[in-house]
Amino acid sequence: MTDVRSVTGARIDELARGPEARAALIGYLPVGFPSVPGSVQAVRTMVDAGVDVVELGMPYTDPVMDGPVIQAAANRALANGTRVRDSLRVVEEIAATGTPVLVMTYWNLVLRYGVDAYARDLAAAGGAGLITPDLVPDEAAQWIAAADAHGLDRVFLVAPSSTPERLASTVAASRGFVYAASTMGVTGERATVGERAEQLVADTRAAGAARVCVGVGVSLPEQAAEVATYADGVIVGSALVRALLDAPDEAAGLDRLAEVVHGLAEGVRSVRRPR
Amino acid sequence: MRDVLLGGGPLGTHEGPYFGDFGGRFVPEALIAALDELETEYRKALADPAFSDELGRLHRTYTGRPSPLTEVPRFARHVGDGVRVFLKREDLNHTGSHKINNVLGQALLVKRMGKRRVIAETGAGQHGVATATAAALLDLECTVYMGEEDTQRQALNVARMELLGATVVPVTIGSRTLKDAINEALRDWVANVESTHYLLGTVTGPHPFPEMVRDFHKVIGDEARAQLFDETGRLPDAVAACVGGGSNAMGIFNAFLDDPDVRLFGFEAGGAGIASGRHAARFSGGAPGVLHGAHSYLLQDEDGQTLPSHSVSAGLDYPSVGPEHAWLHDTGRAEYRPVTDDEAMEAFRLLCRTEGIIPAIESAHALAGVMRLGDEARAWATDGREPLILVNLSGRGDKDVATAAAWFGLIEPEPVVKADEGEQL
Repeated sequence: MTDVRSVTGARIDELARGPEARAALIGYLPVGFPSVPGSVQAVRTMVDAGVDVVELGMPYTDPVMDGPVIQAAANRALANGTRVRDSLRVVEEIAATGTPVLVMTYWNLVLRYGVDAYARDLAAAGGAGLITPDLVPDEAAQWIAAADAHGLDRVFLVAPSSTPERLASTVAASRGFVYAASTMGVTGERATVGERAEQLVADTRAAGAARVCVGVGVSLPEQAAEVATYADGVIVGSALVRALLDAPDEAAGLDRLAEVVHGLAEGVRSVRRPR
Repeated sequence: MRDVLLGGGPLGTHEGPYFGDFGGRFVPEALIAALDELETEYRKALADPAFSDELGRLHRTYTGRPSPLTEVPRFARHVGDGVRVFLKREDLNHTGSHKINNVLGQALLVKRMGKRRVIAETGAGQHGVATATAAALLDLECTVYMGEEDTQRQALNVARMELLGATVVPVTIGSRTLKDAINEALRDWVANVESTHYLLGTVTGPHPFPEMVRDFHKVIGDEARAQLFDETGRLPDAVAACVGGGSNAMGIFNAFLDDPDVRLFGFEAGGAGIASGRHAARFSGGAPGVLHGAHSYLLQDEDGQTLPSHSVSAGLDYPSVGPEHAWLHDTGRAEYRPVTDDEAMEAFRLLCRTEGIIPAIESAHALAGVMRLGDEARAWATDGREPLILVNLSGRGDKDVATAAAWFGLIEPEPVVKADEGEQL
């Protein structure tokens, strides 16, 4: 693997080794919801309220890994005319603040844009890399080469059903961190984080991962605190999107978003990492 | 072309995950273990005589195989002078279409894997009915996802599935057609993969589905080839089928893939015409991309967002197509042409009137395509032989009677018609 410094990895390590010795809070919001400028404002609000790393979703017509909340926001974004190139504009604005921004995208959007061209433009916009929910390393030769050429992170997912062999190959292909899906299922808020999440993190570490972050089903401060005891990062999406989705107007949505992020940030900060 | 194609071994037994540049597994990691298990179990089953014996027994005693081959001379007169047309009668299978071939094969695999629940997607309802049937037969729990629009245009098939004990879930998001039903089925599968098998109904999706579903439908072409040879002493000049996802076409094409003199024609839904943008013609109006786990031709905008498709036929109303078809298209081994709603309905009417057979509107697309071959077909005649065309009549039209009756003005259109779009159903 080419020697590429991971922007996301550096931030996660800095938090773990810093005075707070804590896990990172990674927040997801889609581009273009409620509008493109509105999503920039929402991401800024989320960062100001305590998110350490941004996961910026590209709205897609057929998001098979997403539950109804994120899907509803993505549909609104598409109906508003959000385009793939808008993701690069938003990345540029957010990255300028110094917060690492990963783009979460279904694969066809990158394929259509051109894998190398998107990697080039994402890197030029200051993006940190891609999270690819429907691209496993087995199919990712083009993306792996492009990520190396343009110095980007590649965050692949592992699931409770991943075999030890697949954990090893996914870890080897990933850069930045490995995304552990806490449960077998799509994104969305759940009463409890999957009980297999902790074991999955341990198994992924045993397979060689330097950093493992947990997503899917994390929405409450207590859950964030629990996950922060064993993972390098806590990924929250639906709970943040819901704050915007349920609000009567944009200003109220941003207030609610800040409130939710504050709670989650407190949860993450309430736990010291034993490393 | 032939040398290029055969350089990689016989086409008829080509194994996935790739068909040239197409195919693969573009799915969440959570599904990979299940796909691996399915592939392993499928290969073991293929090597197990007990499996093929059981499937063969079900084909004979339950489905009613072999399905007949019917020559249709009065219809053939509308194709061209001296052209002979034979229909492979998959419409006479139990449940009314070719879909049962694949469903029985996969349902037997489900039993071998020890799973108790199956989920399926359906457009026209034929695959849903077949899946509900097999689930009843083999004592499996069954949930069928169907786009809300399709539940309305195929209400009779919804009732059939429910009578058979299946739960039908109308999908209300997106275009409310087959594409969205597949999205919902995939979401269900990601969440319940340990107990549930996704009984995918066509030759698309992630590996091993395109290869496995094709193999379960090979019986169509194998039978037709032998039957036609018995009847005429020769191979056909052309084989034709409609192509939505492409399972009936792959099933009948397969037996002839390695006969380079047999032309293969796939007819896709041209809807209101390619220029109108309201169609489901992936080869005429799409470009390579990834949807539902496979890299293939796809109706998409310049960003890669899936475009809505349109067809008078719910079963052809799908924005992508099986990856093996994409490969056959790019290599030139098969030719894919669009057929409009108007042309399909005219062929539908003609088969009813000339031969006493009411075809599925899907199958009517193949008939319409064959009618258009005309002069081309006559040019195939060599040594004074009559051009011989084999058409897969993939399903019967019972489910489409309301649609057709409304189309021809025999009854008032159902109130569910999307009046705002002026769609004629």
